[in-house]
Amino acid sequence: MKPFGYARPRSVAEATRLLGDDAVAIAGGTDQLGLMKSGIAVPERLVSLSGLTDLDGWTRERGKGLRIGALTPLTDLETSAGFARILPVVPQALALAATPQLRTMGTVGGNLLQKTRCWYYRDEAFPCWLKGGTRCFALEGDNRHHAVLGAEECVSASPSDLAPALIAYDASVELRGARGGRTIALADLYQAPHGAKRAEHTIRATEVLTAVRIPEAALARRATFLKAMDRKAWSFAVVSVSVAARVRDGKARDVRIVLGGVAPIPWRARSAETILEGRALDDATCRAAADGAFADAEPLKDNGHKVTIGRELVRRALRSLADA
Amino acid sequence: MAPKASSFVGPGALDVSFEVNGHPATVHIPPHRTLLDTLRETLGLTGAKKVCDEGTCGACTVLVDGKAVYSCMTLAIACEGRSVETVEGLARDGQLHPVQQAFIDHDAFQCGFCTPGQLMSIAALLRSNGAPSEEDVTRAVTGNLCRCGAYPNIVAAGVAAARKAGRA
Ligand SMILES: Cc1cc2nc3c(=O)[nH]c(=O)nc-3n(C[C@H](O)[C@H](O)[C@H](O)COP(=O)(O)OP(=O)(O)OC[C@H]3O[C@@H](n4cnc5c(N)ncnc54)[C@H](O)[C@@H]3O)c2cc1C
Ligand code: FES
Ligand code: FES
Repeated sequence: MKPFGYARPRSVAEATRLLGDDAVAIAGGTDQLGLMKSGIAVPERLVSLSGLTDLDGWTRERGKGLRIGALTPLTDLETSAGFARILPVVPQALALAATPQLRTMGTVGGNLLQKTRCWYYRDEAFPCWLKGGTRCFALEGDNRHHAVLGAEECVSASPSDLAPALIAYDASVELRGARGGRTIALADLYQAPHGAKRAEHTIRATEVLTAVRIPEAALARRATFLKAMDRKAWSFAVVSVSVAARVRDGKARDVRIVLGGVAPIPWRARSAETILEGRALDDATCRAAADGAFADAEPLKDNGHKVTIGRELVRRALRSLADA
Repeated sequence: MAPKASSFVGPGALDVSFEVNGHPATVHIPPHRTLLDTLRETLGLTGAKKVCDEGTCGACTVLVDGKAVYSCMTLAIACEGRSVETVEGLARDGQLHPVQQAFIDHDAFQCGFCTPGQLMSIAALLRSNGAPSEEDVTRAVTGNLCRCGAYPNIVAAGVAAARKAGRA
């Protein structure tokens, strides 16, 4: 690793003053240090957020929804019985993410802001488009782990298991910069890298992600998370499926279908959601929605299996909502 | 008193103090030094192994404030003021830790390279769960790769260690 300066501010305001193009945030470090060890990120300075203890933990206020601090370790959400009663899909997703050690170290904010695992991006030897080069090596290379939907110049796949589960609950994120704060939909924290935007996140270099919010109304939804992996553990998603809906009298409302591992961003299958609105979640309807979710898929030479697996996971996840 | 405005330290070496296996330690290291390299090279504690150096094997597992973490993905400077435990600290007064004894009794290793990490993950589990099931132990060592495939005996040793510690 290239040597760097290091600071550990005690307040968000201080952190935003220290951050900049050459001064990068580090929370648990499980992704940031990996990028630095392989020479993909070479910041002059690191700003540790571990001293921002106010951002560690979650609160539920009746009528105000759920607020999760960005520095909350993933393990804390995974193992809290109280949290599981409010948003069980999150522990479901986290139990299949990374390993116990990484979930102890890794934080909510860091998970949402982790970079793609594309092996060309992660390898210093490949000056790929996303890193400022001229081409996406995965287009013609080994692309078994890459995107089948929504890709422009870069076919990287979004790695987070947590982001799709939270987007299925209409989560928003609070961002604080040196000159004030803004709240955006979690879905808008992501952008498919395109044109001059060679990054998969829209957060600015001087901003701190302080919290995730879930609106009260969304908490009435039930949800399911399913994930296909190369192994039973310690594996990024081949495809992950987060579905949520309010089900009353057997009819589904406010349906959300969000896919991980299939597009450069957490992918909302909006046309498939529309198919289900107000309908019973019977097998034929769920099957039609699952087909719809992948109707626009453009598989590469090595990843056609993502479409087959993804369709079946969407069908199963939707059916489980009917049975719940 | 107003809190001291923080600024950057490094990139050169500075003093970092933390507790290692119950004893205070101060090391003179640059901010980019990992906890794993600090333990192995500065403190001579080579029990935690450096295998992948990227969070994909678990051989470097140690406890920080009682929780199992990968020391290869932890900066030593981030451990300032905290408590670090390594496999060297498990045995007390010449007595093996119950998990260590159970590993011997259950033949829970072949080459032994993953063993220090497995021991630390199970030691951390036993502190929060005095009577773990096979499933609990399996989950606890999910982040510790064993290339020899000794898992059945590792899990049996973990369950037995808890029983023995419970009786003691
Ligand atoms: C071997 C391995 C397997 C994994 N498997 C999975 C998996 O199956 N599923 C999954 O979802 N994830 C997986 N991960 C990813 C892991 O969950 C993330 O690395 C972790 O959650 C990141 O959190 P962190 O706190 O360590 O982030 P860091 O590494 O500290 O930071 C990550 C990024 O976010 C930025 N950042 C962090 N917090 C903030 C903040 N509050 N404000 C502004 N910027 C911030 C940092 O600048 C950096 O760019 C895996 C990782 C590894 C190494
Ligand atoms: S050396 Fe740390 S996980 Fe492999
Ligand atoms: S005993 Fe050889 S790697 Fe586990």
